[in-house]
Amino acid sequence: MATLELNNIVKDFAGTQVIKGVDLEVKDREFVVFVGPSGCGKSTLLRMIAGLESVSSGDILIDGQRMNEVGPAERGLSMVFQSYALYPHMSVEDNMGFSLRLAKVPKAERREKVLEAARILQLENLLERKPKALSGGQRQRVAIGRAIVRNPSIFLFDEPLSNLDAALRVQMRIELARLHEELDATMIYVTHDQIEAMTMADKIVVLQGGIVEQVGSPMALYHHPRNRFVAGFIGSPKMNFIDVEVRDARGEGVSVRLPGGGEYLVPVDASGCQAGDTLSLGIRPEHLTLDDNGPLEGEITVIERLGGVTSLYVRCHGEEWILVTDGEVSHRVRDNVRFGFAPARAHLFAEDGLALTHLERHPLVDVERRQNRASTAADVS
Amino acid sequence: MHSSITKKLAITLLAWAIALVVFFPIFWMILTGFKTEGEAVATPPSLFFEPTLSGYHEVMARADYVKFAINSVVVSLGSTLLALLIAVPAAYSMAFLPTPRTRGTLLWMLSTKMLPPVGVLMPVYLLFRDLGLLDSLSGLIVIYMLMNLPIVVWMLYTFFKDVPKDILEAGRMDGAGTLQEVLYLLVPLTLPGIASTGLLSVILSWNEAFWSLNLTTSSAAPLTAFIASFSSPEGLFWAKLSAASTMAIAPILILGWMTQKQMVRGLTFGAVK
Ligand SMILES: Nc1ncnc2c1ncn2[C@@H]1O[C@H](COP(=O)(O)OP(=O)(O)O)[C@@H](O)[C@H]1O
Ligand SMILES: [Mg+2]
Repeated sequence: MATLELNNIVKDFAGTQVIKGVDLEVKDREFVVFVGPSGCGKSTLLRMIAGLESVSSGDILIDGQRMNEVGPAERGLSMVFQSYALYPHMSVEDNMGFSLRLAKVPKAERREKVLEAARILQLENLLERKPKALSGGQRQRVAIGRAIVRNPSIFLFDEPLSNLDAALRVQMRIELARLHEELDATMIYVTHDQIEAMTMADKIVVLQGGIVEQVGSPMALYHHPRNRFVAGFIGSPKMNFIDVEVRDARGEGVSVRLPGGGEYLVPVDASGCQAGDTLSLGIRPEHLTLDDNGPLEGEITVIERLGGVTSLYVRCHGEEWILVTDGEVSHRVRDNVRFGFAPARAHLFAEDGLALTHLERHPLVDVERRQNRASTAADVS
Repeated sequence: MHSSITKKLAITLLAWAIALVVFFPIFWMILTGFKTEGEAVATPPSLFFEPTLSGYHEVMARADYVKFAINSVVVSLGSTLLALLIAVPAAYSMAFLPTPRTRGTLLWMLSTKMLPPVGVLMPVYLLFRDLGLLDSLSGLIVIYMLMNLPIVVWMLYTFFKDVPKDILEAGRMDGAGTLQEVLYLLVPLTLPGIASTGLLSVILSWNEAFWSLNLTTSSAAPLTAFIASFSSPEGLFWAKLSAASTMAIAPILILGWMTQKQMVRGLTFGAVK
């Protein structure tokens, strides 16, 4: 059992505010991912939870207990560092057993626990080795093993996969998800990689400039981004944005005019906007479709074929649009294509960047990844 | 290709020449120690002569070499251990808990080495007199420790700075207190650096003469005082002086020679990575 609560957490570094009032609730056995661009304060926030960094103001509660002044080891957490931070002069076994040695656990019991963790991570044959003699992936597993041995209430990960090559990263991602199932532990994971966030999280926390932009399930962030930043950050390739003019705002949605002349009725809450306003329309590349009768037309400037899908970069009314289409399209550069999209797939953002709420919630938003788990979709904002 | 070989040859010859120039006085001293007093002052100097141990016999007869040597060992090791004991925590906090003034403090510490020791001889002498530390081993240990402390702190600081902070933080997550962090992680990780720092401190203490001559008379006098006792007062006896000097520097020369690999490795520890 482990829950975490952050109440209005602030961090000042010599007068610069790096974390600007973060509130968050992490449920028992939840996999929470902090995601955001480099320098947004993810590590700082995680280190404050770990107790490695002091909190300037606000409260950290673990299982309801205020932990601000409690030392890192007494919080009952484990942390896996980006650099692995293995003890270079100790064998794998000693690395994993160091916390138990400090806690004066008898040698036999220590060995038993280390072997148990080594079994989970398939490290049994490497126990005698020094970290220097291990590959990157093996070091990573030792670092995770060291975290497991402590039997923490919450696991903290700071970009643990960013030093691995792409193939290994995918493999470790799956292994971590499996580990989460097997250990049934609460995990908080920091990454700048939105794919890691989308694939692993029960709940994603999007950070920017020390502020929480949105908290929600991966599908909630994808289908109902709260603002333009989240919309652009989640999803790859990036969402297309274009300025549009409001023609009409009524009960069933906002009717907008595209630069080329096409008119779309986007089913969003129209309150607060009126005819003549300028909004930003966002549409994901995978939601644009080639359509000979489509309202938009442009010239292909670049084609990226990935086999399964093909990305088309299309110049249309002075804007570069990205379309992700079928891998079988036979178009070539400088071809003219027509395209369009389903209005319900579009997002509208007001001047201040906030999204106009969709009238209907996407059905997948409330579907949980696992069965019989505490609901994570309920706290989608 | 041809020119690169010539260049290599030139550099090698130059290195040998410099090494010979640097080593020559020591070589000459050792040689002189095996001469008679007459040969020692002969002009032109004789390079070929019948080696004799008479200088050594006389030196041994006139002074208790072993007592001086023991004093040197005690003072060098004692001051080095004390310096390390103080410098490890100091360098730890400077390397891992720096403040805006850390850099300045380090520079200031080093700048005290620019001060000529004679400038503080009077106050130190009076302090030692009033504290009863004159001609005592503990007094000499303290003054040598203070003399070497800036260099020891500075060197340890550079070695500690190379230790990734993450490793110590991982230790803290694992439940290590500051002392355990230092003993189980920091010290083992920087042992080569600490060892070469200690060696340097031992060598500097061993060779120190100013304070030992001024603050000791007999019971705590180390080997530097032993050498000096042969340069006075009836005039200079070069053969005996050379024999005494050779005996005084031999242990540290051998130590330096045996540990030179370690020294070079330690002193370049931070530079190559
Ligand atoms: N010890 C520190 N002193 C001063 N500024 C810091 C310190 N640590 C981090 N910062 C600043 O805080 C911001 C957030 O850093 P960090 O949490 O490491 O970002 P992220 O992990 O999201 O890339 C950065 O602008 C960084 O420069
Ligand atoms: Mg970071």
